[in-house]
Amino acid sequence: MTNQADTSTVDDRGGAPAPPEKISAVPVRHPGRWVAAAVLLVLAAMLVHSLLTNPNWKWAVVGQYLFAPRVLHGMLLTIELTALAMAIGIVGGVIVAVMRLSPNPIVSGIAWLYAWFFRGTPVLVQVIFWSFIAALYPYLSLGIPFGTEFVYFDSNKLVPIFVGVVLGFGLNEVAYMSEIVRAGILSVDRGQTEAAEALGMTRTKIMRRIILPQAMRVIIPPTGNETISMLKTTSLAAVVAVGELFTTVQLIYGSNYQQIPLLVVASLWYLVLTSVLSVFQYYIERHYARGTVPLRARGFRFGRAQGGLS
Amino acid sequence: MNPMVKAEGVHKNFGRLEVLKGIDLEVQPGEVMCVIGPSGSGKSTFLRCINHLEKIDAGRLWVDGELVGYRQKGDKLYELRDHEVARKRREIGMVFQRFNLFPHMTAVENVMEAPVQVKRESRAEVRERALALLDQVGLADKANAYPNQLSGGQQQRVAIARALAMRPKLMLFDEPTSALDPELVGDVLAVMRKLAEDGMTMVVVTHEMGFAREVGDSLVFMDGGVVVEKGHPRDVITSPRHERTQSFLAKVL
Repeated sequence: MTNQADTSTVDDRGGAPAPPEKISAVPVRHPGRWVAAAVLLVLAAMLVHSLLTNPNWKWAVVGQYLFAPRVLHGMLLTIELTALAMAIGIVGGVIVAVMRLSPNPIVSGIAWLYAWFFRGTPVLVQVIFWSFIAALYPYLSLGIPFGTEFVYFDSNKLVPIFVGVVLGFGLNEVAYMSEIVRAGILSVDRGQTEAAEALGMTRTKIMRRIILPQAMRVIIPPTGNETISMLKTTSLAAVVAVGELFTTVQLIYGSNYQQIPLLVVASLWYLVLTSVLSVFQYYIERHYARGTVPLRARGFRFGRAQGGLS
Repeated sequence: MNPMVKAEGVHKNFGRLEVLKGIDLEVQPGEVMCVIGPSGSGKSTFLRCINHLEKIDAGRLWVDGELVGYRQKGDKLYELRDHEVARKRREIGMVFQRFNLFPHMTAVENVMEAPVQVKRESRAEVRERALALLDQVGLADKANAYPNQLSGGQQQRVAIARALAMRPKLMLFDEPTSALDPELVGDVLAVMRKLAEDGMTMVVVTHEMGFAREVGDSLVFMDGGVVVEKGHPRDVITSPRHERTQSFLAKVL
């Protein structure tokens, strides 16, 4: 929009105006930045060197097991567990969060109690309880509360170990997700609800069309965090011997005593999976940033702050 | 014909604070009523009572002959359900001081949201009407802009178009120009003036004395939760009868 001819003085001979002289100054030097960069590069080089030359890492064994069918199968189970647990966590989290904000004191009280209990006890204990639910309740039945029962189930058949583990992780996650969703909902300006109410929208519609889409911007980053965290937390399933990634490598090094390379194999796969999740998160975040970020400011950056070395 | 808005002894408390202390008013169909008064006088609260964003504590309030927020059977009052309140609000448009556009939707999506989601009208038809409304408020070229890409004045005009998309019979304006830069106020007032000329019934809480004098059919001065003075804008502004009105006008004019 700025036009040079409008802003600078036009000389009286009617010729082109002289362009303003650009400042050429000696920039401030930052020797500290060079020193810091050099120190970090040396340390990084030392790390890489030791990774490559220390024979104890046994990279050959790592290579041998990295794509072993057992390991890949374990990884698949890890993905499945994470996906199912997070699905339960997110859906349940939204429900508990909405309950928590309900005007009904019993409903919001129960929601609070749920979060209190499931956040307050170790997830490992919860997973073990759900996996061995049959030890607590051998039979489950449907019927009138405190009255007649119509159908009986054998808990062992209804809740096999895998389902128990999914429930354990999922129901635990519900508690954390409910707080995340609640924070998201509360972050949306009260005026949004009023504007929607004034247009004649009902409460459920306002939540679904107006509040939740805006809350998503606040909800997504911690949810990505939770998903990544869940991915690794599923390794706790090793205690009840569900054959996910970590259990699998444990079983392998239990028989061949190659602990370090096999733990490296597991870590490498966890790293790959979390990287993939981060990319997903970026695109989901971008989707929900509609209307909040100027379009041109978007782009995939790995947390780069402004600056340079000199 | 029923008055569009009729208030009888309307009271409203926030906790112990009595905000409205008995408001009696009538707004006839097609009338433009401007409400002025110092902040805290209850004028915004009264406006919000009309579409039941605030529940009144005593008195009666009717819109187009129907009780606001309640159903009367015999001499017993029944509170309306959520969806019944929502249905009544569809006929009343409201414009807020802070615009309150939906930031995750473009201008045209903002205008389309209620007719499509609430009235279940066809998207294509509503879209056409929404674009026509945006054109009416002078924003035909901004249909696909998000609210944060618009100036305050433009956002407020989208908000007016959004309210009009529901084809309301009554429009409420809650200080529509108070959050705007001075040079943007004129565009919004022009849209409101056009709306008044087209015969819309309007209740406008405002500090714009020029607008009140030129467009308003009646002017209400509120202070301390009561209507102090009501009359034709010219009379109230040029020769206020009450001392409180005089001192208020002396400060704002």
